[in-house]
Amino acid sequence: MYIAIVLFAIITFIVFYKAGNQFYRVYQNIRLGKPEKIGGDSAKRWRNVLLIAFGQQKMFKKPIPAFLHLFIYTAFLLTQIELLEILVDGFFGVHRFFAQYLGGFYTFIIGMIEVLSALALVATISFLVRRNILKVKRFWKAEMTTWPRLDANIILLAELTLIFAILAMNSADSVLQGIDPEHYHSTGKLPISSWLGPALMSSWSHDWLAWVERIGWWLHVLVVYGFIVYLPYSKHLHIFLAFPNSWFSRLRPRGQMSNMPEITHEVRSMLGIPQDEILAVSGEASTEFGAKDIGQLSWKNLLDAYTCTECGRCTAVCPANLTGKKLSPRKILMDIRDRTEEVSAKLHSGDKKYISKEKLNENVILDASNFDDGRSLFDLIAPEEIFACTACNACVEACPVLIDPLEPILQMRRYQILMESKGPADWVPMFNALESGGAVWQVPDSRSHWTELVEK
Amino acid sequence: MEQEKIQVRTMSQMATEGKMPEYLFWVGCAGSYDARAQKVSVTLCKILNAAGIEFAILGDEEVCTGDPARRAGNEFLFQMLAHQNIGTLSQYGITKIVATCPHCFNTLKNEYPVLGGHYEVIHHTQLIDQLLKEGKIKLKNDDTPSSVTYHDSCYMGRVNGIYEVPRNVLAALQVELKEMPRHASNGLCCGAGGAQMFKEDEPGDKRINTERIEEALKTGTKAVVANCPFCLTMLSDGVKEKDKQNDFMVYDLSELVLQHLDTPDH
Repeated sequence: MYIAIVLFAIITFIVFYKAGNQFYRVYQNIRLGKPEKIGGDSAKRWRNVLLIAFGQQKMFKKPIPAFLHLFIYTAFLLTQIELLEILVDGFFGVHRFFAQYLGGFYTFIIGMIEVLSALALVATISFLVRRNILKVKRFWKAEMTTWPRLDANIILLAELTLIFAILAMNSADSVLQGIDPEHYHSTGKLPISSWLGPALMSSWSHDWLAWVERIGWWLHVLVVYGFIVYLPYSKHLHIFLAFPNSWFSRLRPRGQMSNMPEITHEVRSMLGIPQDEILAVSGEASTEFGAKDIGQLSWKNLLDAYTCTECGRCTAVCPANLTGKKLSPRKILMDIRDRTEEVSAKLHSGDKKYISKEKLNENVILDASNFDDGRSLFDLIAPEEIFACTACNACVEACPVLIDPLEPILQMRRYQILMESKGPADWVPMFNALESGGAVWQVPDSRSHWTELVEK
Repeated sequence: MEQEKIQVRTMSQMATEGKMPEYLFWVGCAGSYDARAQKVSVTLCKILNAAGIEFAILGDEEVCTGDPARRAGNEFLFQMLAHQNIGTLSQYGITKIVATCPHCFNTLKNEYPVLGGHYEVIHHTQLIDQLLKEGKIKLKNDDTPSSVTYHDSCYMGRVNGIYEVPRNVLAALQVELKEMPRHASNGLCCGAGGAQMFKEDEPGDKRINTERIEEALKTGTKAVVANCPFCLTMLSDGVKEKDKQNDFMVYDLSELVLQHLDTPDH
């Protein structure tokens, strides 16, 4: 008895300590992005959180996966109530602590969990089939290499185990309630286990039933704990990050690219236009335009990358990707996250070889401001990818959790054009025509020449 | 059919006469120089004239809004153009703009305000819808094509959420609309946006406009209706590639409206 409590306490402590550290590291990693104040209009932001994250509104563009996903999501939410009881039972060595106090309400909650678990079972199996047997195209695109595919399957298999554990535990318990009502408080009649238990386990011995109940309980605990520890490494962080990501999603019109105040300032100086205060460059003016690495992307872009669960709805509607180009919005997000993890790991190593040469001296300690490992996002993302984008916003529209894959693509374009003077050679004549004649084509005609056609 | 002479005036001509038109017609680079888009510019002038709306253009004082430069990553060039335009527009005290190009429309509407340019900007599709509702133009419903499909431009549709208005106009034309599977918010880009219009494609299996025109042809209609000069180019190229230019038309929405305009004089 006491061994179980001590064991439970130790495991719980280790899990929460480890997970706490990892989640804090994710938070720190996101903050490696460029600082930017995002706020205002909290009514609209709450709306997004409630409708998009909590209400999963955008999932319902595809009704079948939306309902399947909803089953798992609601089962997951409700199971958290059960987790509370598990913690109480585990720490105090009691059994189904709330059953005796909540009565009919307990039956209702656990009954709901059972029904939702059964629906989640259907959903989980469907998802495994969709991924591995039907091979739905978006789960098998080029960027879905071994690890992303395995990651998805690990989570689905963990879910199967969890559902199995819950049903085994409850079924054994329902039979035990008839044998030893002192210890096994009545849970009331549950929709699945009260039927499944007697049907399968009525002839089992008391000891064996008690073992099955305990194994189910521990399996439940360990899968949940494993999941908590695994989350920060997996694509599954969206279950938490969908909420802040919806909150911080940009409210400006979709058609408005982020302004570059430093350039506004410079252009206005050149043209002799008075500067206004809103656009005044605060602090030291940046000499880096666009994004070469994660440090020049907004922290929101990094939050986007950590929120991405690699569902590939963006890539499935991307016109460039659909016509065989290398660009995949999902890959851009996966690359941003991978690069963030890489930078974070190198920063945590404290190794002085990652300090940029100009800033290296005896007393300098490695940090984000002097970091330079000779690599950048462009080691993961080819110019060919970012230049294939039509800025059509299909990816932005498709994302169920309000990720904006377009923004980093355009920021990387800005870097290529403004800092490196690279980019498609075809654009040079367009830029030249705009600079010299104010039109996208080099044209000798007057801009109003066409009006002669009206009179014809 | 005798046509009355329509004079397209510039803002500077108007200003010398001390007049202020109701709308500035933002013609855009395509509307000014591209042969196909020029026809749309002419069409809009005729519709505005029929509705009795006073308008003017900037002529040589207009420069590109900067959309392709900005989306290509050339922010410096974008801001040069934007500030030049904002200067011109404020010099004339312009408040209302109608544009035929969804990219111009979007940039004027959504990207100039932060740089100090605030205008009421509408697309010609919206203006036509408005004129129909106000009864300023009327349609006669003879020889309308039996059925058409509609291609949502990204910058009218997904980017600015204008899905219903063009469909209202098609309904007013009493033309049957057969939607493509990918339409409205799920519409497929024609392939021109993000300054792709001005460069060759990256290596891939096919061109985006080919993919799109195949979808349009599958509707079994005789025409696709769009309202963006770059979509018109891309779709027309697709039709040519499929060698269907005799069977399948690419219209700007305004062209269908003009064809069926019920002018009281005639």
